[in-house]
Amino acid sequence: MSLSPTRVRLDWVVPVLLPVVNLAVALLLSAVVVVLIGESPGRALRTLASGAFGDAESVGYTLYYATNFVFTGLAVAVAFHGGLFNIGAEGQAYIGGLCVALLCLGVGSWPTVLVVAVAIVIAAVGGAAWAFVPAWLQAHRGSHVVITTIMFNFIASSLMTYLLVNVLIKPGQQSPETREFEPSTWLPQLHDVVRWLGWEIGRSPLNLAFVFSLIAGLLVWFYLWHTRWGYELRAFGHNATAAVYAGISPASTVVTAMAISGALAGLMSLNEVMGVQHRLLLNMPGGAGFVGIAVALMGRNHPVGIVVAAILFGALYQGGSELSFDMPKLTRDMVVVIQGLIILVCGALEHALRSPVEALLRRPARAE
Amino acid sequence: MIADAFLIVTLLAAATVRGAAPLILAALGGLFAERSGVVDIGLEGKMLTAAFAAAATAAVTGSVWAGLAAGIAASVLFALMHGFACVTHHGNQVVSGMALNITVSGLTVVLGYAWFREGGQTPLLAPGARFGPVDLPGASALAPLPVIGSIYREVISGHNLLVYVAAAAVPIVAWLVYRTRFGLRLRAVGESPGAVDTAGVSVAATRYMALVGSGILCGLAGAYLSTAHHASFIRDMSAGKGYLALAALIFGQWRPLPTLGACLLFAFADAVQLRLQGTPLPLVGVVPVQLIQAIPYVLTVCLLAGVVGRAVAPRAIGVPYVKER
Repeated sequence: MSLSPTRVRLDWVVPVLLPVVNLAVALLLSAVVVVLIGESPGRALRTLASGAFGDAESVGYTLYYATNFVFTGLAVAVAFHGGLFNIGAEGQAYIGGLCVALLCLGVGSWPTVLVVAVAIVIAAVGGAAWAFVPAWLQAHRGSHVVITTIMFNFIASSLMTYLLVNVLIKPGQQSPETREFEPSTWLPQLHDVVRWLGWEIGRSPLNLAFVFSLIAGLLVWFYLWHTRWGYELRAFGHNATAAVYAGISPASTVVTAMAISGALAGLMSLNEVMGVQHRLLLNMPGGAGFVGIAVALMGRNHPVGIVVAAILFGALYQGGSELSFDMPKLTRDMVVVIQGLIILVCGALEHALRSPVEALLRRPARAE
Repeated sequence: MIADAFLIVTLLAAATVRGAAPLILAALGGLFAERSGVVDIGLEGKMLTAAFAAAATAAVTGSVWAGLAAGIAASVLFALMHGFACVTHHGNQVVSGMALNITVSGLTVVLGYAWFREGGQTPLLAPGARFGPVDLPGASALAPLPVIGSIYREVISGHNLLVYVAAAAVPIVAWLVYRTRFGLRLRAVGESPGAVDTAGVSVAATRYMALVGSGILCGLAGAYLSTAHHASFIRDMSAGKGYLALAALIFGQWRPLPTLGACLLFAFADAVQLRLQGTPLPLVGVVPVQLIQAIPYVLTVCLLAGVVGRAVAPRAIGVPYVKER
């Protein structure tokens, strides 16, 4: 019989329980939409799940989508740690894709290993370059990175449409896309690797870029929590004024963070351009830059959380394409609704849900 | 030759006015929100919601006014959600705006597809269920006059009602913001919410009012797209106009008249781009349409960079106001 109330350890609430509660609330709101149009939310969820994880092929597709989202999620998260909101991952990935495509179109018969190594560098440089201008402008001219990265998305989109329609288009073709690259520049896909080892699994676009995305996650984790630069970035993000007093240069921190963020976004194109399409298509990032915002918020800006959230979103995108086959009233745009609601609940309403959840957990302890 | 050039200029001016109207409405909506210190990236989403609600309601009821009311109501609802997240719960304003934009881009298609079964569109509106051209008095009387007649007929008269609403909104918003008590509080809340709070005025209430204002104007902008400019809702029909309006607001340095100028400039660029479409110009040759499309964004970045003028945002923008820690 102790007089003081038992202290409940709540360390696990924010990183583990809160995302689960957030996801549940977002799915509940989505269920309301599904009911509103006269379909069964339970059936929709089952269709989503079986479409995403039903067999090896679906899992392959899920992880292929997840690869894009790990890269863009990490991109948004690195910027977030520095207190910056990078809405421009979409444009940065697009420019990264341009660089990769130019490389793949240009190299004649380089060995694959060399092409991949150069492509990694060039995709990162392309994305970083597109993020550098907004970053430099924020650091030295005080223009806010949110607005400039939005503008740079539109500028990238105009630039790429121009290049694809007028310059890079395969001659004698209507649709604006480049010619197919030489097979020596393709990233190996999982089903080919598995067949080479003597097994057979369903064909899916899952490729080596997935492994790259996990390595990127590991490197981001090391950078953020085990290097001086990562520490400076986080300190700056927590309290810019204090960080400046501690001798951290705001300009170089902003530029470094945005460059790394852009580089990660640019790396997304490895998966899409070299791993799957083997050519550059119009609107190559396909909204993955915006999914990255949801992934980073839901994964609470930690690489482990981001990988989990990215797989969840990969499952939504893959399962979503099954929705329209099975349930005639639903379209795959439902996935976009869920994505938006997750950003709303995990991001904007973060504080709204956090305190009630913590209060609810404290209450039984007080009653003792 | 001169007659041809005159005709082209007149048509360009008319197209500019039509293209500028939704930008003006949305940008003025954003002006309310941003001058009160709340970042309004959700202009795009609110326009899209309103476009869908207006077209859907007008299609079902056959009344353009019911459509307009529904569009405004839907847009205000989303503005209030933005307020709930950012003002009441001190959430991140940019995140909230993006969340609304993304949710709406999916939701309008999902609902449209389920309700109307036309692949995400709404049914085509009958002429009575949309805003038709309004002939201003004297358009036919002035018509015989050589220059003034055709300018009056093509550029000033003959637009739909919402174009004139947009034109009237500029002085009204300017008067509200600069000449009324509400406007003074609005601007003060955006610069120094602590001082306003000390004076006994509720920061939250003022910001909510500003957001409702933004909702109403974005509702008009959305209804313009689907029930005046077009005759149905088409998926993603706002197509970045909300972001363009935001750019115009920044380019206009958060002031009504310069914002009007920016909207006209951006709409003019778009009208020129539609007109050119690969026609070679004297001296420069064929100008790529994408280059002209990118002009508004490049200009805005240049302005933000301080290359042309200087954009100074409301001081408290983006910062949730927390009364006491």
